[in-house]
Amino acid sequence: MKRVLSGNEAIARGAWEAGVHVAAAYPGTPSTEILEELSRFPHVYAEWSTNEKVALDVAIGAAYAGRRALAAMKHVGLNVAADSFFYASFTGAEAGLVIVSADDPAMHSSQNEQDNRRFAQFARVPCLEPSDSQECKDFVAAAFDLSELFDTPVMLRTTTRTNHSATPVELGERTERAAKREKFPRDPSKYVMIPANARRRHPLVEQRVRDIAAWAEKSPVNRIEWRDRKVGVVTAGVAYQYAREVLPTASVLKLGMVYPLPEQLIRTFAAGVERVVVVEELDPVLEEKLRLLGIPCEGKSIFPLCGELDPTVVRKSAAAAGLPVDKPPVELSELPRPELPARPPVLCAGCPHRGVFQLLSKKKVPVTGDIGCYTLGLLPPLSAIHTCGCMGAGIGVAHGAAKAGIGERMVAVIGDSTFYHAGLSALANVAYNKANVLTVILDNRSTAMTGHQPNPGTGFTLQQQPSEIIELEPLVRALGIHHVATIDAYDVDGLEKAYKELMSHQEPAVLVARRECPLLPEIRRQWVPLHVIEEKCTGCGICFRIGCPAILKSEELDEKSRKPLALIDPDQCTGCEVCLQLCPHDAIPTRDQIRMAEEKQPASCSTPVTGGS
Amino acid sequence: MAGHIPYSFVLVGVGGQGTLLASNILAEVGLAAGFDVKKSEVHGMAQRGGSVASHVRWHPEQVFSPLVGLGEADILLSFEKVEALRFAEFLRHGGTAVVNDMAIVPVTVSSGTAVYPGDEHLAKVFDALDAELVMVPGERLAQEAGNVKAANVVLLGAVSRLLPLPEETWWECLAQRVPKKFLELNRVAFASGRAAVTKAGLKA
Ligand SMILES: Cc1ncc(C[n+]2csc(CCOP(=O)(O)OP(=O)(O)O)c2C)c(N)n1
Repeated sequence: MKRVLSGNEAIARGAWEAGVHVAAAYPGTPSTEILEELSRFPHVYAEWSTNEKVALDVAIGAAYAGRRALAAMKHVGLNVAADSFFYASFTGAEAGLVIVSADDPAMHSSQNEQDNRRFAQFARVPCLEPSDSQECKDFVAAAFDLSELFDTPVMLRTTTRTNHSATPVELGERTERAAKREKFPRDPSKYVMIPANARRRHPLVEQRVRDIAAWAEKSPVNRIEWRDRKVGVVTAGVAYQYAREVLPTASVLKLGMVYPLPEQLIRTFAAGVERVVVVEELDPVLEEKLRLLGIPCEGKSIFPLCGELDPTVVRKSAAAAGLPVDKPPVELSELPRPELPARPPVLCAGCPHRGVFQLLSKKKVPVTGDIGCYTLGLLPPLSAIHTCGCMGAGIGVAHGAAKAGIGERMVAVIGDSTFYHAGLSALANVAYNKANVLTVILDNRSTAMTGHQPNPGTGFTLQQQPSEIIELEPLVRALGIHHVATIDAYDVDGLEKAYKELMSHQEPAVLVARRECPLLPEIRRQWVPLHVIEEKCTGCGICFRIGCPAILKSEELDEKSRKPLALIDPDQCTGCEVCLQLCPHDAIPTRDQIRMAEEKQPASCSTPVTGGS
Repeated sequence: MAGHIPYSFVLVGVGGQGTLLASNILAEVGLAAGFDVKKSEVHGMAQRGGSVASHVRWHPEQVFSPLVGLGEADILLSFEKVEALRFAEFLRHGGTAVVNDMAIVPVTVSSGTAVYPGDEHLAKVFDALDAELVMVPGERLAQEAGNVKAANVVLLGAVSRLLPLPEETWWECLAQRVPKKFLELNRVAFASGRAAVTKAGLKA
């Protein structure tokens, strides 16, 4: 049976069919749905680990224990997990171990662009790269087999366009695999990487690479498609699709395995065509290998190094290089179009992070940020975040600036999931080395940015098992931080009072600003949209300055000031009441007032909700 | 699939408007009609109220690129008016823009740093592309069918009129995606979107 599956759904399906037992990940676009999907299959243990390094160690442990295991992460997740990635390459495992690295060319949802095929080379881990959903499914199975055949972890490298494109996939059944071991291995020469053992492992690892390269010469994952011999394209991953679309007559060497590369196959292909062109996204990884082999070729001299390829880019670049394109590149005529208003992503209406940023913006303090929905606090009108590098960085950066003797108090803001991920050890450092940093933990009880995954603060797990809530306040106090306060993130005055109190000490301090994300299904049901009383509104504009997308400018003007009145969009407003606490004219009634008024009048029936989206 | 030609669609809107569901259904309809299909979309950051686009392609033999190139879309389906202008370059000359008569004001406008363009620009831009412009009052028709949230189904109904596939194929795919108790509502929504398009089919 064929079904249209996204690359991520296909990877999950493929892992399940291949008999995976354990899967671990930390969410991150574009990889998140892999574990969400896998968690729904029977006979699979799947978890959100606290971060990618932990996830990889979990998968490694399961593979040492003789069960097929998978870890999935976005490209930068592998930076976090790199230490484990390297030792796993040295040790190998008892059963198949697959690491999915989902790269994000064009940074649709990432802080940097990087090509993780480099990591495969770097750690001597073989790497498969699918170019559509069918291959996603097939290559996961191939990766597990390869892992067991050569006693090596295997990387499956995808990119946003394979993860989030959907193409037809032939479904299969699961092959149940008996565990390869009853007892945990006691084999120190293989699994205890002290220098003496690791020294013996390294030459084995290098030999393994040569063996796999020999295997790659014959494997069907690499193939030559002979067509016209004038141009030969060497390509992999989604770039294969663009090359086929734009250069339909060219011969193609499609590499399903991008490390190690099949040298003979490449030489045969290159010898069979007049002009060798490498079409690949991001780094010239394949191109460099061809050059090392002494094969004249073109690649990054034609196609861009940065960003994502697509048919428009490939066609334009290829045509300029005189390659036989399917049709001339489009001539874009200037459209008679006015300047369009930008539509950047924004903190949602009712976002509990807004109150904190409103405060920090007013206090004009330097704020080191971190990664999550709350990074959007950088946008005007709040403009309250001044750095954001990678997950967990903000607290250490604030600490460094404080220790450098900057003349301002540093504030670090971090989300709950990010705090458990990489903030905890940085905060321990603040406590231990005593910096007067105020750390604000934005606890919306969710990993909101990536789609509301549970985390150690939510009390349940990926597979819906009840769990401990790791309470932030006792945890932070246990680090030796004495100035700790928890405030409802919707309480504007409360936040300010706590802020003043915490800042009055020249010591490490933590403010937990707590309130669930209003987009969580159970909170959504509690929304009460607010409204503006026109007679009271003077158009003073204070409520516009919190950047709430539910607060609009009305067409009505105030009689005196001739400024537009405020208008609240009832479809977006959640009733968080932050705006009304700031309104100097009491022009916005509270939820309680609205409820009381409604009780006096018969309630209008609410519309039913259609499902699907 | 003799006689069928490839089709490319670009669906655009604002995060949270239901473009993802619509592109899923569009891909499934293509598969049910015997095409090879690919669909591509973006998740994550962009969904926080930003502009979103998904691409769907049908081909009688084989689709390669999951992305539609600029100037290649036969149909641009926009859930919002400014987004139709923003993504207009994707439409081929002589293509059809199906535009939901809906303005979602971005914060850049409500905070006063930008202006929301008037409707007259839609006609100007799509005229320049020699394209058909079909305005569909999605929310209004959905409301009449019983729920404004069915606007995406109204829009799919409109698109269905432009393609030479039996209405049943659409309906079967839709029925699998919507909860049973809303089946009738969605049927009405789909039919009203279909009826909103006066000229069936696409220009070559
Ligand atoms: C190393 C790494 N892993 C994962 C991500 C993807 N990611 C970005 S933000 C985020 C979650 C943030 O959750 P939280 O800190 O709770 O903030 P919220 O979005 O809920 O405000 C994740 C998983 C990343 N950018 N880097």
